[in-house]
Amino acid sequence: MKYKSQKVAYWFFALCMLLFSLQIVYGFIMGFARIGFDVLHEFAPFNTARAVHTNLLVLWLLSGFMGAAYYIIPEEAQRELVSVKLAYVQLISLALVGVAAITGYHFNIWEGRKFLEIPRELDYLVVINVLLFLGIIITTLYKGKRRTTTAMVLVMGLLFAALLYLPGMIWFDSQVTDSFFRWWVVHLWVEGVWELIMGGILAFLLIKLTGVDREVIEKWLYVIVGLTFLSGILGTGHHYYYIGVNKIWIIVGGIFSALEPLAFLAMALFAVYMYRKGEKNHPNKIALFWTIGASIVSFIGAGLLGFAHTLPQTNIYTHGTLVTAMHGHYAFWGAYAMIVLAIISYSMPNMTGRKRFNNTAGHLAFWLSNIGMLGMVTAMGVAGVVQVYLERKLKMDFMVVQDEVVVHFAVMLVCATMFATGIGIYIYEFIKFGRPTDEAMEKNELGVNNDEPVKPQLVS
Amino acid sequence: MLSKSQAQAFFLGGTLVTFLIFIGLTIYSMMPSNDQTNHENITAEVIQGKHLWETNNCMGCHSIMGEGGYYAPELTKVVERKGEPVIKAILMSPVPWAPNGRKMVAYEMSEEDAEAMIEYFKWIGELDLNGFDHMVSPLAKDRMEKMKNK
Repeated sequence: MKYKSQKVAYWFFALCMLLFSLQIVYGFIMGFARIGFDVLHEFAPFNTARAVHTNLLVLWLLSGFMGAAYYIIPEEAQRELVSVKLAYVQLISLALVGVAAITGYHFNIWEGRKFLEIPRELDYLVVINVLLFLGIIITTLYKGKRRTTTAMVLVMGLLFAALLYLPGMIWFDSQVTDSFFRWWVVHLWVEGVWELIMGGILAFLLIKLTGVDREVIEKWLYVIVGLTFLSGILGTGHHYYYIGVNKIWIIVGGIFSALEPLAFLAMALFAVYMYRKGEKNHPNKIALFWTIGASIVSFIGAGLLGFAHTLPQTNIYTHGTLVTAMHGHYAFWGAYAMIVLAIISYSMPNMTGRKRFNNTAGHLAFWLSNIGMLGMVTAMGVAGVVQVYLERKLKMDFMVVQDEVVVHFAVMLVCATMFATGIGIYIYEFIKFGRPTDEAMEKNELGVNNDEPVKPQLVS
Repeated sequence: MLSKSQAQAFFLGGTLVTFLIFIGLTIYSMMPSNDQTNHENITAEVIQGKHLWETNNCMGCHSIMGEGGYYAPELTKVVERKGEPVIKAILMSPVPWAPNGRKMVAYEMSEEDAEAMIEYFKWIGELDLNGFDHMVSPLAKDRMEKMKNK
C-alpha cells in the first residue's frame, strides 16, 4: 500500500464479505425449496429469495469493483483519493440503499424485472451514489501524476456501467420492448462493460504479481477489451432470438455470440502466458491462484458454456430452462466473483501489513469453493439437460419434470455446502487479517521500501 | 508485432463500429413494419396486467417468453393451456395454490385485476416468438390441433 486513502477499499471489501455470505444463505433457501422444503415460504417465498440472491450478487460485486477502484486508482494515478470522507459517505449510502431494497423485497416492494427488481425510487439513489463514486475516482485520476491504460480501462468500465443503468429505468407498455431494453443493462453489463472492469483489475494484478512490463500487459489488455466489445455488443442478440423481436437477431446474435468466447480465451491465455513469462516470484500465491483461476474459469463458464447455450439451434430448446441457471452460475463465479476475491486476496496483506500470503486455510478456501461450485454447476447442468429432454422433447408437464430433477438439486445442495465452507474459510481469513493500518505503508508486499520499485521483466 | 497504439485503435474502432451497427439494428427492430407483437392490441387492461406482473414479481418464479425464475411454469400461452376460469381462480385464491406441493403466494387479486392479468397473458400468447411459442407450449399446440380435428 502506497497511499493512506487506499484503506477505504477495506470497508468496501468487508461489505462484500457480508453481502456474499447473505447471498449464500438465500441460495440455500431456494435450493431447499426446490427439493420440497419450502419451510420459509411465509418469510421468503421463492420469488423473494431469488430477487435477494441475485441482487445481493450484483451489490457485492459492485462493492468489490468500487473497493478495487479505490485501491487501484491511487496507485495508478500516484496520488491520494481526492476525498476519503466522501468515499465513506458513498460506502454507507450504498449499503443503506442495498439494505432498503432487500428489506422491501420481503414486503412485495419491487419492480419485478429479472435482475432489476430494485424499486424506481431507489434507482435514483443508486444513480446519485454511482455519480458520487465516479466523481471521486475520475477527479483523482484527472489530478493524478499519470493516467495509465489500466486505470483508464477500469474507469471506462465503471463509467459505462453507470450509463447503461439508465435504459433499465425507462417504462415501456410492451413486455417485449421492456425485455429488449432490460438486456441493454443486464447483457451489456455482464458481457460488456463489466469485462472492462475485470480486464482492468486483471491487468493491475498481473503487473503486480508477475512483474511483466506494464506496456506489454496493457497492449494485450486493449486487444482483450477490443474483442469483448467487438463480440459482446452485437452478441446481445442472443437474448432477442425468442422474445418477439425481428428474426435478424437470430443471425446477428448467433454469429457474434459464437465469437464471445474469444475474449475470454484471450484473457485466459494472456493471464497464463504472463504468469509463465514473469520472473517476479511474488510471495502472495493465494492472490495468484485467484487471479489465474478467474481467467480460466471465466473462459469455461462464460465463454464455453455460453457458446454452447446461445447457438440459436440449441437455444430454442434451452431458453428458459435450468441450463441458463447453470451457465449463469459458472460465468458470474469465474468472471466476476473470483476476480473480486483475487483483488481482495492481493490487497489485504498490503493494507494490513500481515503477510498471510501462502497459508493452508487460504488454499483450502480456493479449492473447496471452486470444487463446490463446479459440482453445483454440473448438478444444475444435468437437471437442465433432463428438463430440456423431458419437457421440450417428450412434452411432459413442467411440474412433473420438476419432480424428476429433485435428485439433482439434492446433489447441488451437497456441493453448495462444500462451496459455502470454502467461502466461510475465505471470510474467516479476511477477518484474521484485521484492520488496515498506516504502518503497512512503510513496506510493500515484497517487504522492501516503496521507494525502491521492483525492476520489471521485459517480454514481448 | 502489434504496437500498443494499434491495439488501442483496434479497441476504439471495433467498439465504435459494432456500437453503431447495434444502434442501427435496434432502430430497425423497432420499426412498425417489423413489429411481431401486435402492438396495436396493447389495451389499458394489458398494461394493467403488465404492471401487476411486475409489482408482484411473478417473474421471480414463473417465466414469460422464456425469461424468469424457472421455478414455476412458463406462462406463454397459459390461457390456451389452462383456460380463463382456472387462472382467475388461482389469482383470486385466498390460500396458496400448490401444484405438486410447490407453493405459490396467495395474491387474493380482485376480479378486475385477475381479468387484467388474463388480458396480458392473451396478448403475450399472440406474439410471434420466432418458433419458441410452439417449443415451449406443446400442450397448447396439441390442444389446438385436436380442436381443429374435431
